[in-house]
Amino acid sequence: MKKNNNICGGLYTQKVLETFKNPHNYGKIKNADGVGKVGNIVCGDVMWLYIKVEKNKKGEEIIKDIKFETFGCVAAISTSSTITDLAKGKTISQALKIEKNDVIKKLGGLPFIKYHCSVLAVDALIEAVYDYFLKNKKKISQDLQKKHEKIQKEKEIIEKRYEKWA
Amino acid sequence: MKKIYLDYAATTPADPRVVKAMLPFLAEKFGNTMSLHALGQEAKLALENSRQIIADFINAKPKEIIFTGSATESNNTALKGIAFANKQKGNHIIISSIEHPCIMESAKWLKLQGFEITKLPVDKYGLVNSVDVKKAIKSHTILVSVMHASNEIGTIEPIAEIGKICKDAGVYFHTDASQSFGKIPIDVKKMNIDLLTASSHKIYGPKGAGLLYIGNGVKIEPLLHGGGQENGMRSSTINLASIVGFAKAVEIYKKGFKKENSRLIKLRDKLIKSVLKIKGSHLNGPPLPAGRQAKNRLSNNANFWFEFIEGESLVMQLDLHGIECSTGSACSSVKLEPSYTLLACGLKPQDAHGSLRISLGRQTTEKDINYLLKVLPKIIKQLRLMSPFKNEKK
Repeated sequence: MKKNNNICGGLYTQKVLETFKNPHNYGKIKNADGVGKVGNIVCGDVMWLYIKVEKNKKGEEIIKDIKFETFGCVAAISTSSTITDLAKGKTISQALKIEKNDVIKKLGGLPFIKYHCSVLAVDALIEAVYDYFLKNKKKISQDLQKKHEKIQKEKEIIEKRYEKWA
Repeated sequence: MKKIYLDYAATTPADPRVVKAMLPFLAEKFGNTMSLHALGQEAKLALENSRQIIADFINAKPKEIIFTGSATESNNTALKGIAFANKQKGNHIIISSIEHPCIMESAKWLKLQGFEITKLPVDKYGLVNSVDVKKAIKSHTILVSVMHASNEIGTIEPIAEIGKICKDAGVYFHTDASQSFGKIPIDVKKMNIDLLTASSHKIYGPKGAGLLYIGNGVKIEPLLHGGGQENGMRSSTINLASIVGFAKAVEIYKKGFKKENSRLIKLRDKLIKSVLKIKGSHLNGPPLPAGRQAKNRLSNNANFWFEFIEGESLVMQLDLHGIECSTGSACSSVKLEPSYTLLACGLKPQDAHGSLRISLGRQTTEKDINYLLKVLPKIIKQLRLMSPFKNEKK
């Protein structure tokens, strides 16, 4: 393998493959405080993210534990693992600032046709937090509400597109 | 780490005897077959000798064989060439719904040019019913194209039956034999085949050589116009080294294909039986009847789907363990849609995502299969642990 870490097998970076080989934080959290379910099985990628929330010494809510369950390609599994690494221990407001580019950067790049997997990972985290807020009747910011609605709308569009197949 | 190649349906390594036969034609006997001087005529002789070997192999006449650059080119030539040469007779073309993308895409393009395309259904094992062919033929049908064997699920189609139907109906019959050529005896006359595609790199020949058999009297237009090589059907300077290699590969097959086929069938059936013992695993393509050999299935093909698992992850995990195989087909590796072949067989999209094609070849040993059988269940178990659907019932 040459020094150029951006291409491995022409498709994935070395970092993606390493992450795929040894993903972190997979499995289910029983009694999770929030669950985010995104993706569509017909398209071949489904990601479920579980979070456990606690307060830190400053009294801020942090993501104490996070786990994923994913059905999908190498990119989907790698981005799932990466989002759990990025979010674990962060305050909720910090976690909500994670963007797809943070995920892609952490993985040393993704093939363009797999960018949607990084979006899926970020969306799953947003949905998990949203679910936590909703269950605990916490105030949902306008920004989070908007993001949640956008994710749901995209889900509907995809479901409609693949209706004939389901 | 030792690499185990189990993707022979994607491509094969050139046999050393093939490479040896090719080498003189690269630098030493480099002549152009169209040149009048001795060097050119020597090349021409080698070309015609290769053509004879291949023609004999399928009971064709040498002038009925044209060499192309690939099976894709042969298939494009067959569909588009027949379509444009027979416009006055009609504009209707029949294909199966599990053809290789080069047939699918050619048909799609022809549709844009005003041709009418009918896609024949297949049963759950990928078999075309010849009765459906008969029903689909109309007065303006000009061509039926059904593959000899599926590149994905290994189904062997009843091409002799279809050939007979087409002959009786006065419609041209083309078959893409890329996967079967060499593995199943072909007699173009007995099977009533008007056009046939085959490829060199699937039978341990080099890449860059394909052939199209065009039966005597078949009306067809070329794709490439120019210097008039290949009887005017395929202008381009002859890629002689690859063609000589192709012919050598055929010669090698002639001698040993029966023995090799029964060796592969044994390995394949062991593989299929053992993999099906893994919980939640299913065979795609023709079944393996208890105590008997799989009928209508290529000797080197096994294709499975596994519940709750996505195919790319499976292939990449196997690769990390030194085993090289593929999901549906090599061509589908960059696409995100599930295999249309598996969908045509009635699989649900989510299940079609979990497919794995293992194709065996000359270098495959029982040891390789045993290693695969050791590794595969562990990988499946790990991927299922990650899957959100693992607790669902199928």
